[in-house]
Amino acid sequence: MAKVIETEDLSVAFGEGDGQNIIFRHLNISVEAGEFVTLVGVSGAGKSTLLRVIADLIPPYEGSVKIDTPQDRARRRIAMVFQSANLMPWRKIGDNVGLGLEGIEVSPEQCRERVRSTLDLVGLGDFSDRWPYQLSGGQRQRVGIARALAVDPDILLMDEPFGALDAITRIALQDELLRIWRETKKSVLFVTHDIEEAVYLGDRVLLLGDRPAHIVNEYKIDIARSQRREGENFMRKVEEVKAGLVDAMALSDGAA
Amino acid sequence: MNTAHRYALSVTGLVGFLVFWEAISQSGWISTTLLPPPSSIAPSLVSEIQEGIWHWMVWASFRHYAIGFFIGSFLGVTLGVLVALFPKVEASQAWLARVLRPIPPLAWIPFAIIWFGISETAAAFIISIGIFWINYFTAMAAVQAVDKDLIEVARAFGHRTFPALLKKVILPGAAPGILSGLRAGLGQGWMTVVAAELFGIEGIGQRMMEASGLLATDVVILYMFSIALLYGISDYIFVSIQNKILAWQR
Repeated sequence: MAKVIETEDLSVAFGEGDGQNIIFRHLNISVEAGEFVTLVGVSGAGKSTLLRVIADLIPPYEGSVKIDTPQDRARRRIAMVFQSANLMPWRKIGDNVGLGLEGIEVSPEQCRERVRSTLDLVGLGDFSDRWPYQLSGGQRQRVGIARALAVDPDILLMDEPFGALDAITRIALQDELLRIWRETKKSVLFVTHDIEEAVYLGDRVLLLGDRPAHIVNEYKIDIARSQRREGENFMRKVEEVKAGLVDAMALSDGAA
Repeated sequence: MNTAHRYALSVTGLVGFLVFWEAISQSGWISTTLLPPPSSIAPSLVSEIQEGIWHWMVWASFRHYAIGFFIGSFLGVTLGVLVALFPKVEASQAWLARVLRPIPPLAWIPFAIIWFGISETAAAFIISIGIFWINYFTAMAAVQAVDKDLIEVARAFGHRTFPALLKKVILPGAAPGILSGLRAGLGQGWMTVVAAELFGIEGIGQRMMEASGLLATDVVILYMFSIALLYGISDYIFVSIQNKILAWQR
């Protein structure tokens, strides 16, 4: 399979000289076309930073990020979903979803159509004319997902998108995300601190060690998704990743 | 407390104040020259209008006010936004603003007269100063308080140039703060109008000085209320526009 994201010896650091803070060093990860990859790690390990470097919001210090998807002026190749939905409160829901369509080659009719269809896809078809403050946290996060899907990206970067939601909403949105992923065949890189969520969603789980972060381990999840909410195989996998995380923490303590 | 209840209490407060004042004036404890009763305002208004003075003075003051308001607001908001956007500009103005800020608008009167003569420009200049500072600082603070996460969102969705970020995030995000600064300036402006006209520029202030020289205190009170009315109308219009612009707020 073709790799859509590939980092090559990627390092990111903030500041210079003695005060320099190295977030990660020589990191090599990749995501294949249509793959759902989840990224877990100890907090502060630079998971969010990695997504931002891939999204070209932060420049790499060394190394590079290769994005291999077709160029298309009517789409954006990468879209991001943030931890808190971060909707613009002065835009109605429809205009929030259309944010990324401004500035690409989409006619106003196509723009309206894409906003409508992505809002339908996340189950908020009737909410186009509401203000963000009129929505619940879960609904806002759905709008955040619709906003990312509206630009029809090949790659979806998700930064703990369900972290701030209550458990019931989270479960509903996880299943909805999987449905959308199956329907749209996007490549997804999903950051979370919740190991069960990582194992539930991912084709592959990457475990990121502490600063400077590096890939400590990689877990292939070869359990059918219908078998994943519970059951022995699922729980065993969760335990395995958990144990890996504990090891990673012990390692980083030892280093410090 | 519902809206009707609140409204009733507000009316009661104002009417109660006027009745109390009328009673004191009528009681004869205090000479009506020292404290003219509110009931004298209507006759004064009629005579001032008949002589063609009231609307002439109000219109003159409104001109000074409007020009001062627009100039002060425009410069204050523009410079405040620029200062907030560029850290170097921010640093270079920090002490300068501290030196100039505490000088009251009225202290500029001598220079206003030297620079512009006894003219409408001089009055507008003085009025604009107070309005400028209010808008300068509120606009600066409003831009600095714009949610950085939203700037990141806009960048992530392809809006990476400075004009695009200004239009899509910074100005809408700062709008509530900027509008509240404009509104504060709207009130501050009327407070300086009278003083700016005291040195002989035609307007409400000048008429009040004349009237107090003649001990026509009922005329003074009439113009005090005229200013209150003008402020009330301008503030009401402003707030209705503001509510339209900020409909997205709770």
